[in-house]
Parts: sequence; structure tokens; C-alpha cells
Amino acid sequence: MNAAQTMDYAGAPLGAPVYELNNVSKTYARNLVVALQDVSLTLRKGSFTSVIGSSGCGKSTLLKIMAGLIPPTRGRVVLQGRPVTGPRRDIGMMFQQATLFPWKTAVENIVLPIEIRDGKAAAKKALEKAHDLMDVVGLKGFENVYPNELSGGMAQRTSICRMLITEPAVLLLDEPFSALDELSRDMMNMELQRICREQEATAFLVTHSIQEAVILSDDIVVMKPRPGRIAEIVKVDLPRPRTLHMMTTPEFGEIVDYIRGLLDKGENM
Amino acid sequence: MTDVQSNRPADQDEDQDTVWVQEVAFIDSVPRWMAMSFVFVVFVGTWQLVTSLGLVSPIILPTPLETLEDMIFVGKNLLTGGYMLGALWITIKEVIYGFALAIAIGFSLGVLVGETTFGEKAVMPYLVAIDTMPKVAFAPLFVAWLGFGIESKVALAAFIATFPIVVGTAAGLHSADENARMLFKTMGASRMQTLIKMKLPTGLPQIFTGLKIGAVGVMAGAITGEFLGGGRGFGELIRVAASQLNTPRVFSLILYLSLVGLALYALVTWTQRKVVFWHKERVGAYDA
Repeated sequence: MNAAQTMDYAGAPLGAPVYELNNVSKTYARNLVVALQDVSLTLRKGSFTSVIGSSGCGKSTLLKIMAGLIPPTRGRVVLQGRPVTGPRRDIGMMFQQATLFPWKTAVENIVLPIEIRDGKAAAKKALEKAHDLMDVVGLKGFENVYPNELSGGMAQRTSICRMLITEPAVLLLDEPFSALDELSRDMMNMELQRICREQEATAFLVTHSIQEAVILSDDIVVMKPRPGRIAEIVKVDLPRPRTLHMMTTPEFGEIVDYIRGLLDKGENM
Repeated sequence: MTDVQSNRPADQDEDQDTVWVQEVAFIDSVPRWMAMSFVFVVFVGTWQLVTSLGLVSPIILPTPLETLEDMIFVGKNLLTGGYMLGALWITIKEVIYGFALAIAIGFSLGVLVGETTFGEKAVMPYLVAIDTMPKVAFAPLFVAWLGFGIESKVALAAFIATFPIVVGTAAGLHSADENARMLFKTMGASRMQTLIKMKLPTGLPQIFTGLKIGAVGVMAGAITGEFLGGGRGFGELIRVAASQLNTPRVFSLILYLSLVGLALYALVTWTQRKVVFWHKERVGAYDA
């Protein structure tokens, strides 16, 4: 895909590199299984990047390396100028499941990362900020509700707040809305775009849905399996802000087709 | 049209309005207390019939009325602070101490087994091996080691109640899902934080299941200990009454004893409701 000048959500040129991966490889089982081979990737400030590929293409390995959960076998992983050697507070993460804890209220769940890192007193101080965040995601009034009483979408909104409370430099999103029904999912994706824009967040999304990747992303990393590697990085030059309506435009369809073609090629290798 | 409809009698199909009356089973329309009373009446009635017809010797099975009379007698003795109250108090102490000991040991071992690889690999197999032994058979040993006082009964009661608590705790610690573990890792939580703030609360329902099974076992342990190791508890009263062929007394003592067991069980259930408030369990008769 040809790209005009890439813009961030506000329409300004994209910022400095935030997250850089350089020739990152990961092998398992005494170097017999190559999960990831020579992956190089740069996430710039305020950009939205998606990674897509069939199962076994190493995208979850990539995400775990970027989250500092597992070390790479080779290569450099640098976030905000510092190598990633473990979990960090400037990395925010969100999973397929909301993973809220039922013995804590929504707002207590949101300040949990602060409680873990800085203790109970700091968590208490962060409550006000948690309230503001809940306001941003449209959960005002649900602060003291237990997760059992939240719908799937509301639970994921809560976990978005929990991810944002530490003001991370990068958001790692592991198929965050794939457990929701399609209508809620579209709505949450648009919400995600709005929130990322308001927070000027740098986001990295793992997804199985080409449409979802195209509607949200500036860059789409298409991966192919065995060994997991990057096939191509596709730029999406649809204007911001994106709307669900854009999914019916020819440009959108072209990009989707192009990516599907890349994925099909990957399958036959 | 489906088979179901074509099989219906014609008059139902065409002549009537299609009002779907959902059939309610009779038992669903009866309140629980009524159903329970029904079973009680049938049970006592059969019992009365069998005994008054002389089908069973009164030495083997007393009549309900005899049992009730004896219950009143025992009840009076208990209320007026007679010797039976002393015996009951001894048994209650054995149960409480035994349960407390079982919780302390069971919980610690459960954390060891559920949280550490060493515990899981090296300790768990032995626990399983001991658990499969008939634990009552250890009673003579406890008597030999600890004497005829309440210590040997506390030991047996605790011994029996410990294993379900170990298993419940270990299973509870394992019940946290992969996402929750990963989330705590990304938050940079220490092992201790992960255990206390996530694994333990997640496992509370299983831990309480273990406690409930333990609460039942501790009672059996205390009474068995008294049967086999003497002493001056309620079990001893039962043993003496049985040896005198005083079956109404045996019956009424057992019924009073069951109240103690029920109270302990209800205490655990009540605590569970207060502590694990988020876990909506199907509430049945078992949960008192």
C-alpha cells in the first residue's frame, strides 16, 4: 500500500519512536522450534499498529516479549530508550478476558496496578484519577459496582481504565474484544480509537480480524508462520478519525483484500 | 409442520386458542418446609408402625415415643447442668480444638503443596498416600502416644479433618486462570503479592469446600476417638448406653450430637457467605 504522509489521530505527523524491536528472535525447545525470526518493528508516538497472522505465526510470542513476560533469544527490545528486561509500569496490557477480580469493586480493580507497585496508600490517592478514567470510558456511576454486575463490554471498559491508570507509554492489546458479540465489538473498537486519541496513546493490537485491524490501524504487521516472521508491514492511509461507515468504502475493501492475499500466501508456505 | 404438532389430537390443534399453559410439576409448587415435613412424617410413621407391630425387637429399635421421652430426659439433664452437659462440653472442646488444629495444619500444608513446586512434587504424593489409609486405624496409636485424655481425640479429629482442607487449599490456589497470572506478572507483582492478593481470594470457594468436608470429619474423628480411647465425652456416654442395650438413649444422644455437628457446619457456611460474598453458590439444604 502506498502511504501519503502518515498522520496521528489528530492529523499531525507521527512522533518519535516509542518502542523499537531490532532483529528479535525467539526459539524454544533447545533451538528446535523457531517461534519468531528476525522481527524488526518501530512503534511511533501516537500510532496504532496491529499484528495479524494465522495461528503459529508467533504473534502471541511477540506480544509476550514486548510485555517483558518472556525474554527474546536474540535481538534488541527497547521501550523509551531503555531495554525491556521484565514487566514495566510504562507497559499497559489488556487481554481477551477482562480479568477483573470479583472481590474488588470496579474502581478498586482499576487502581490495582498502583496498589501492587506502590502500596495501598498510593492506590487510595489514585482513586480520583480512576474516577476520571471511568468517566472517559463512559462508566460514570459504576465506580462501586462489583464485576459480577457489569456486562462484558463494561468489564472490558473497566480493564481499559486499569491499563491506563499507570499512564503507560505503550498499550499492548491481546484481542481485547474478541470475546464480545460483534455489535459490542464494533462499538468498543470505536471507543478504543477515541480513547487512544484522547490519551495520545501508542497502541499495539493483536487480532484475528482483518477488518478490525484495518479500521483501527496506521500500520498492520502481517506475519507468516513456521518460522514466525514479518511478511509485510501494510500502511493504512484511511483518514482519521475512522468511522464504522468506512468499512463499506472501496478503499477499505482494497486494503482488506490485499492483506487477505498476503495471509493466503503465508498459509501455503 | 413438525411431528410433534401432527401427533397432537385434532381438537387441541384447531378448536382452542393457542394458549400455552406451562405445566408445573407438583413438587415445584410445594414449599421446602412442607416437603421436608412430609418426609419426616412418613419416616416417623413407618418407624412407629414397624415398632408397634412388633416387627423389630424393642432392644434393637425403640419406638419414636420412647426416643422422644429419652430426648426430653437428656435435654433436661443438659439444661440443668447435669453430668451429660460436662460430657458434651468435653466433646465440643475436642471438636473445636481438632478443627482449629486441622485448619492450621491443613492450610499451611495446602499452601506448601499448592504454591511450591517442591511441595507439589515431593510432599503431595505422601499426603495422598496417607489420605488413602483408613485414618480411624490410627486411633490406638494416638491413644498410646497421647493417653486417654482429650489430646488423643483432638489428634484423631484433626487428623481426619486436615486432608480435605489441604486438598481444598491446594486446589483453590491452582484455580486462578492464566490471564489473572499474566496480569499480575505484567503489574510486576511479587510472588507474595500474587499469592495474597490474587491466588488466595480466587481459591476461597474451594478452601471453604475443604473446610466444610473437614467440619463433618472432625466430628466423626472426635466420637471415634472416644469410642476407642475412652475418656469422659459424649461418645463414651453413647458407648455405655449401647453396652447396656439402652437404645433410646443411644438414639437421643446421637441426635443431640448431630446438633453440634450441624452448628459447626452452619458456622462454616455462614463465614463463607460473609467472606466469599461474590461467589453465589447454589443454596441447598446442605448449606443449612
